[in-house]
Amino acid sequence: MYKKSMINQISVTSDIFLNLLYVILSAICIVPILLVLVISFTDEHEIIMNGYSFLPERFSTEAYKFVLSAGEGILNAYGVSIFTAVVGTVLSVSVITLYAYPLSRSNFKYKKLFSFLAFFTMIFGGGLVPWYMVYSQLFRIRNTIWILIFPYLMNAWFVMIMRTFIKTSVPESLIESAKIDGASEFRTFFSIVLPLLKPGIATIGLLSCLGYWNDWYLPLVFLTERKLYNIQYLMYQTLSNIQFLTSGSANFSELGMVLADLPGESARMAVAVVSIGPIIFAYGFFQKYFIKGLTIGAIKG
Amino acid sequence: MKHSFKSQLPFFLMLLPGVFVLAVNNYIPMFGVIMAFQKYRFNENFFKSLFTSEFVGLTNFGFFFKSPNAYIVTRNTILYNLVFIALDIIIPVMLAIGLNELRGKVMKKFYQSTLFLPYFLSWIVVSYLAYSFFSFESGFINRGLLRPLGLESINWYFEPKYWPAILIFFHLWKYVGYNIVVYLAAIVGIDPEYYEAATLDGATKWQGIRHITIPLLKPLMVILGLLAVGRIFNADFGLFYNVPKNMGTLYSVTDVIDTYVFRALRNLNNVGMSSAAGLYQAVLGCITVFTANLIVRRIDSDKALF
Repeated sequence: MYKKSMINQISVTSDIFLNLLYVILSAICIVPILLVLVISFTDEHEIIMNGYSFLPERFSTEAYKFVLSAGEGILNAYGVSIFTAVVGTVLSVSVITLYAYPLSRSNFKYKKLFSFLAFFTMIFGGGLVPWYMVYSQLFRIRNTIWILIFPYLMNAWFVMIMRTFIKTSVPESLIESAKIDGASEFRTFFSIVLPLLKPGIATIGLLSCLGYWNDWYLPLVFLTERKLYNIQYLMYQTLSNIQFLTSGSANFSELGMVLADLPGESARMAVAVVSIGPIIFAYGFFQKYFIKGLTIGAIKG
Repeated sequence: MKHSFKSQLPFFLMLLPGVFVLAVNNYIPMFGVIMAFQKYRFNENFFKSLFTSEFVGLTNFGFFFKSPNAYIVTRNTILYNLVFIALDIIIPVMLAIGLNELRGKVMKKFYQSTLFLPYFLSWIVVSYLAYSFFSFESGFINRGLLRPLGLESINWYFEPKYWPAILIFFHLWKYVGYNIVVYLAAIVGIDPEYYEAATLDGATKWQGIRHITIPLLKPLMVILGLLAVGRIFNADFGLFYNVPKNMGTLYSVTDVIDTYVFRALRNLNNVGMSSAAGLYQAVLGCITVFTANLIVRRIDSDKALF
């Protein structure tokens, strides 16, 4: 056994070269994040003098003080992000699990129809304009908090993952015996099936939570109300304001107006760092459950 | 009589919230495709507007196709996607195989985690990272590399020629780790007996990779590739809109169908042309997905989307 595993390993020289390759690739992935982190701790004058650098001469925590105190908009946006991530995740996990469960049951007559209803959305859509019109001119939830939550509640891919998860982890016989004991469908679902779905729910929950946290598309399309900006969209706005200023298209009166509420360069990068923070913090979880979701998603039930 | 309505009722109730979301978010907007053939005028609400707006035939499509933009955005969308499809298979497969061969288990895990990290960042954050390198005044490349070397600073956001490379780089930066995880899962699933038998017959490591690993990964490569081909008319809006910061100077190489449709609606407020371009994309996309799926089903019916 020992000998066999020795044969199957690559030589020490190749191993060193391969390691070198992966160290370089890992650096490429980390270094840009590191640069933003360093800029966020760099003294503002230093940036004007020497530009962004990995090794600034003067460090400063001013940017973070600014984010915490003066940046009322920043804290508010952070709050919006947390609210949509929490409420959105809870609602979408509920909607998706409730939708996936009947699709996994052999005695549900219309599973083909409802599977199709979900999966067809992956193939054809009405496009951006009608989608925009439905929310702004029919349901009129533009510029409300619900526009940042509702459109992402259903997701055909998550339904597929959840359905496969239920099929593989909840034996049909268990459901049958509960029914023989006289439990209703709802009771069976909530007291027998649901407790077994914890890992599946965690997977879908984290996928969905990341989606809400990182979303900037819904605010971009639907929001004009500043107090509803989430952290991603606030970052988008500040970066495009900078571009607006530096492109020379702004006249001076506008310039003064925009400059007044524009955070310094280090502060902007500090907002970026703060927005990545929770993801890095829970990265172990995220990685574990994403891989789980990927592998479940790959097996089609 | 096995499926009485009463026995099915709880299932319908469970499906109800999901059906409601799908109806609002996906199915009602599908009626809106007729907007592409109308001069849309808002009248009380969306449905009433659809009924009262004047039909103009193919005028909206005419506007779109007569402008040079139709060609440019279609070309950009297809070419970038072709490059992405090829690189998203070749690079992750090579890196996953390499990762699997490493001797140190801890390092293997470490590399995988680091390479996977960019996948979790939003395109806005990625656009910040890009900006910190490419900004004209303060960017690291201009201030930290070019100037110390005595070279002229480059105005990155005004020079289209660099952007195909930059966009491809950031696409790979974000997605290579994700794809490595997908292929690594497949490699780990390969029965070790194949390799043991090959080693007993005197096969080298390279022969093992060439004649066992790659052939066994091929179905997955083909299927993921085909599914990506099916989405060839859909561009990654986040990448093409945020990383070049929606700079007009770069549109010749950064504008794709999705960004064009968005700007036609948002900046030009041209509802007709925007919905025509959107429908053009949706129909082409639908055809390619169906074709790709048909081929996938021929190869491996389990992996087909439908």
